[in-house]
Amino acid sequence: MRGTTATIGHVDLNGIGSSPLRKEDWPLLRGEGTFVADFKRPGMVHAFVVRSPFAHARFTRIDSGEVQSAPGVIDVITAADLPDRGRPIPTRMFKDEGANRYLQRPLADGVARYSGEPVAVVIADSRYRAEDAAERLHIDYEPLEVVLDPDEAVAAGAPLLQPETGTNVAGRLELNLGDIEEAFSQADLVVEDEFRIQRHAAVPLETRGLLAEYDQTTETVTVWGAAKIPHVNKKILLHMLGWSDERRVRLVELHVGGGFGARGEFYPEDYLIPLAAIRTGRPVAWAEDREENLRATNHSREQVHRAALALKKDGTFLGLKDSFINNTGAYVRTHGMTVPGLSISMLPGPYRWPAYHGEYRSVVTNKTPAGTYRSPGRFEVNFVRERLVDMAARRLGLDPLEIRRRNLLSKTSFPFDTGTLFDEHPVVYDSGDYELLLEKAMASFDYEGLKRWRHEAPAGGLLRGLGTAYFVEKAGPAEREYARVELNSSGDVLVFTGTASVGQGVETVLAQVCASHLGLPYERVKVVHGDTAIIPEGMGAFGSRASMLGGAAVMQASRELRRRLLDAAAEELEAGPEDLILTSGGVSVAGAPSRAVSLEKLLSAHDGVLKVEDRFVCELLGFPYGVHFAAVEVDPETGSVHVHRYAVAYDIGRVINPTLVQGQIVGGLAQGIGGALLEEFAYDAGGQPLAASFMDYLLPTAEEVPYVEMLITEDAASPLNPLGVKGAGEAGTAGVGAAIANAVSDALGQDIRQLPLNPQRVMELARA
Amino acid sequence: MKPAPFEYDDPQTVAEALDLLARYGDECKLLAGGQSLVPLMNFRLARPGRLIDINRIDSLSGIKRDDGMLVIGAMTRHSAVEHSTEVAGGWPLLTEAVGWVGHGQIRNRGTVGGSVAHADPAAELPAAFAALDATFRVQAKRASRLIGWEQFFVSEFTTALAPDELVVAVEVPRPQPGVGAAFVEYARRHGDFALGGAAVTIKLDAGGHCEAVSIALLSAGPAPVRATSAESMLRGAIVDQASIRAAAVEATRGLRPTADLHGSTEYRLRLLQTMTQRALIKAAERAKATP
Amino acid sequence: MTRKISIEINGRLAEGEVEPRLLLADFIRDVAGLTGTHLGCEHGVCGACTVQLDGRPVRSCLMFAVQAHGHRVATVEGMAPDGDTLSTLQQAFHESHALQCGFCTPGILMSMEAFLREEPDPSPASIRAALAGNLCRCTGYQNIVTAVRLAADRMQSS
Repeated sequence: MRGTTATIGHVDLNGIGSSPLRKEDWPLLRGEGTFVADFKRPGMVHAFVVRSPFAHARFTRIDSGEVQSAPGVIDVITAADLPDRGRPIPTRMFKDEGANRYLQRPLADGVARYSGEPVAVVIADSRYRAEDAAERLHIDYEPLEVVLDPDEAVAAGAPLLQPETGTNVAGRLELNLGDIEEAFSQADLVVEDEFRIQRHAAVPLETRGLLAEYDQTTETVTVWGAAKIPHVNKKILLHMLGWSDERRVRLVELHVGGGFGARGEFYPEDYLIPLAAIRTGRPVAWAEDREENLRATNHSREQVHRAALALKKDGTFLGLKDSFINNTGAYVRTHGMTVPGLSISMLPGPYRWPAYHGEYRSVVTNKTPAGTYRSPGRFEVNFVRERLVDMAARRLGLDPLEIRRRNLLSKTSFPFDTGTLFDEHPVVYDSGDYELLLEKAMASFDYEGLKRWRHEAPAGGLLRGLGTAYFVEKAGPAEREYARVELNSSGDVLVFTGTASVGQGVETVLAQVCASHLGLPYERVKVVHGDTAIIPEGMGAFGSRASMLGGAAVMQASRELRRRLLDAAAEELEAGPEDLILTSGGVSVAGAPSRAVSLEKLLSAHDGVLKVEDRFVCELLGFPYGVHFAAVEVDPETGSVHVHRYAVAYDIGRVINPTLVQGQIVGGLAQGIGGALLEEFAYDAGGQPLAASFMDYLLPTAEEVPYVEMLITEDAASPLNPLGVKGAGEAGTAGVGAAIANAVSDALGQDIRQLPLNPQRVMELARA
Repeated sequence: MKPAPFEYDDPQTVAEALDLLARYGDECKLLAGGQSLVPLMNFRLARPGRLIDINRIDSLSGIKRDDGMLVIGAMTRHSAVEHSTEVAGGWPLLTEAVGWVGHGQIRNRGTVGGSVAHADPAAELPAAFAALDATFRVQAKRASRLIGWEQFFVSEFTTALAPDELVVAVEVPRPQPGVGAAFVEYARRHGDFALGGAAVTIKLDAGGHCEAVSIALLSAGPAPVRATSAESMLRGAIVDQASIRAAAVEATRGLRPTADLHGSTEYRLRLLQTMTQRALIKAAERAKATP
Repeated sequence: MTRKISIEINGRLAEGEVEPRLLLADFIRDVAGLTGTHLGCEHGVCGACTVQLDGRPVRSCLMFAVQAHGHRVATVEGMAPDGDTLSTLQQAFHESHALQCGFCTPGILMSMEAFLREEPDPSPASIRAALAGNLCRCTGYQNIVTAVRLAADRMQSS
């Protein structure tokens, strides 16, 4: 990997390209972090959300009389208590008028549509007593017929979630590029199949939580526990409350225990808890418990695809067709339409396609509503496309990597307009050298050696297989970001950013960018984020955007601050700005240290603090790309899949912090392993979730996650931002389902069509 | 996920505990290690009106040998069994089995008596005790008795204990010299409940014939299962691949392990066969290696 | 019915009058005010609430506070020797990038500190086996294994 330790003025600043110790670690290691459940306010009371035990039920009466009189109870809220009976929670991206008919309201009002839907909120003086009281709530549920499976949802006569709409299809899209019929008519070979990806989810280790407090004198509400995208959620909360004055709502981010797409969406509780604080006049705390978390926080990934690949005998791809159904659960949530939208736009991947036809229907069913989860849409479609490619390679007797190589977009194609759209923005691959990365990966991970290993006879009846997946990621959505850099006369730097921390290390990375471009050491930079009262705007942290857009904004502001400071010093010292050296003490002339001016003097005209504010805007997205290699051993007698070796090669344009990038990849990969082998939200026929605890919803442990080899390259800087970076957050996850499925298919000589590869499924295939 | 309210007693002696049991019977529940009970209480799936916490009764913990027999006090933690040289020396099947129980943090609290009284058919120790023909020492205020494992485990989460009775110890006979033992199981992740598993002891004669064998299965039915017909098939036979495979098939004949989201009945049956086969192979190898 | 209890936490007595149903984790967090011990599942799987009871790691969500009366509890807040220093294990986590969001970290530190006392020279495989009782959703565990091994090296050489 190319190290680019920035040195301005011959001092190692711990800037871009280096891996300084993280700024975030110290309190977290000492148990001094402040996650939302750690945060307390005087007089605080506790909320418990009562949830529907039925997947689909009508009710006419909620009797809360016994709850009101239970010990410690302060308030009970039902839909009847909400202004307008609760406004629908709007979507944020991929807005679709049709989908707006399926938005969720904060509390079920007469019909509950999934097990876990909020029906009431009980506020009491302790969480224990709130749970006690909630047991006394009487609701006359009358169960209705449920629809769970995506195919059932579109079948004639299916139970409808919103009967007045006449359909369960919340959104649909069709995309045609090139002449697909012509392409398939010229094919020497067509491989087609049905592929299923199971419902699973982000499941951060910290559950959601909020603490809201209302100030009666200023009529403002403050909400702690914001995440991901506080400024946007502030606007949604204002809308939900029916308030117009932006100053009346403040959202504050505390420590955040992982996001991965699910945390920081606007959920019913994000309105209900502030509302409870306003109603009771008391600070109201809510900590989601795990049982709620697995039923209430966004699920993701459930799709069924019918896809076909047409190709020539020599392996040249002619066309790709896919028709899929996306199961978005009972309501269209904030990112409800994002996942199918990304699926259809990212299915083509890294290859040349003379023709592509994609279509989807996104359906509502009586399951927990869905949203994004790390590498949304891509984990799913990479599985579909890369499986088809392997099936074709096997039929044609080609090496799986060779067939990929023959079809990769060439280096000269970039920027490459795929013709697809991401939320109305064209999907234009910004830069790449796909073949080079493949070559480097094959060498670095010793592909020939892996093939030899594959053909050795293992002990104990195990079966060996190799699998790969090549994919394009996307990074840097929501086209703008804010930064403000402030320098005081002691040489301390504050960076204010509109991005957010979800645990990924954004403080460290932005401080490095600032250090490199301001020219003061990393150690002197402090990064401030996640408070709508002190940061005027921001688009948060999702879709691998914080380093790209946030980093570029910090870079611009830092450079401008340096320029202004040196210009002022140049005037003072009668020297050219290029001959000046900036340190935490002041500015001096190179080679003449006595010709110096202190920061104090330079900043005196600015009341001791020089501030530069900037915004970086980029309408287009960045497209990093990568390849995964998996080597597995399958035990046909137990159905177990042991990952013998796993390797990830990834090009992200430019690396700000190599250690953090690697951390992102391994962490993402662990989640991908969960999706490939372990995690599944199964339901019984009545719509009851079967994986409603960590005993049944299986997160990978240290024993299931393999050691990961990594190759991070910087061969294709992004032309879209001055740093050249592309976001790094999702590559670890993107290809795991595909690579593991291909490896297991290779081991068994059977085609995998469905995830996860649980032992029963693997054993059945091994016996087939 | 906070438990419902309950009354609480923490007796210091067995006699006090038995008094409380006699007084409250069905209204109360014993709290041993709590590693199965407390999660159920946090989910409010269990809501005992009164807990009798026996963690402060020192006399209930400890591992000792009594007339060649291993006697494990009911409140002995799993980790104490795991690290006991006494157990490893004479009853290595227990050492191997207990390593599969949850994770270290769970084994530091979970107890032997709690595990048997909870009677989870997927639990490791009950199956190991079945393979070793263990007996449970049980006391009530007015009487005490010994219950063999076969009578003790009635069904899923159901034992032969009366409401006023307390398991005070497990007695495990000393395996014959030359016995090889093995415990194998397969779970989705290490530490999860087994999808299937087998605890086996076997003794071979000089000619490689099976002199004695016990095969106990976990996650095979409502209680630990001893595969007696497979044992008789194997007894006297040459222990080789064919006889082991035949015994493994026989061991699962007629079983109906309960399906759930992690595995169908059919999957579990095949897995049990594999586990039985692997445990027999391992145990036989160990028997051969035993002087 | 409540009980008066006192528990020695990190060498200091914490006292309170509590309902028997109060979980030890809630006592540590809300009565003793030590919020470094986190609740991640409240059914004994995730390990975020791991503390040491009389020196051994246990799930504080699977014990009632009354049960710890008269016992010694160690939490993450007691690990560092002082306000300016980290313990060897904490420092190794810092240097190895063994945490991201940090929510699971206190429980992992409690487990691994006790593990290194029992097994001062562990292999990567035995570290992974010991680590399997704690879930981490961010790191993929790789850097945690590195950190535990680094701490073992430093402890052995000192």
